[in-house]
Amino acid sequence: MTTPPITVDREIDARASFCPGPLMELIRAVRESDVDERLAVLSKDPGSRTDIPAWVAKAGHQLLAVEDNEGYARYVVRKAR
Amino acid sequence: MDNLSIVLFSGTADKLQAAATLASGAAAMGVETNVFLTFWGLNAFRKDMAGKALPMSADYGQDAENMAKLMQEKGAHGWYEVFGMAKDVGDVHFHACSHTMDLMDLTLEDMDPVVEDIIGVATFVSGVEGQVVFI
Repeated sequence: MTTPPITVDREIDARASFCPGPLMELIRAVRESDVDERLAVLSKDPGSRTDIPAWVAKAGHQLLAVEDNEGYARYVVRKAR
Repeated sequence: MDNLSIVLFSGTADKLQAAATLASGAAAMGVETNVFLTFWGLNAFRKDMAGKALPMSADYGQDAENMAKLMQEKGAHGWYEVFGMAKDVGDVHFHACSHTMDLMDLTLEDMDPVVEDIIGVATFVSGVEGQVVFI
């Protein structure tokens, strides 16, 4: 049984974007969001797998999930501050 | 690490790309980054060089050309665009080396607007707080 994807307030499809694109797009989107809003970024970049969690931790937000899909991952983040 | 200085000497597309990506990672992680543009790195930031396709390093011959093709096919963002992303997400500053500016008869007005000022090497060195990377 697979858990359904977490619903978010904003989703960014960065699958056409090459590293460091997806991380940059996430940072920009988080900056434009309000505290407690949930965002998801879709990335095909393998670097995102380590970069996004590292940035989320450094910036003081919350990584809610990393959902694996066919050829890409969906990183779900909550803006915590 | 909370402070990084990049001496950007090289002006080939591959090395500029590496410098830009490094700056973007630093910027994303809250590391204040100062880029000291000198020689070919400075040359790449001239207003009249804007948008010009730069070559890959000659050291790598045909491999470099193949790499350039791959980057284009996979939609890799160009080095200038990545520097823009870095500046957008964090604290990134660009300084022009006065020696090179003087050699090439350039003024700040000849440079890309991201270049903040012209400084001498002693000023650069005295401003270094953390690691220095030479690219």
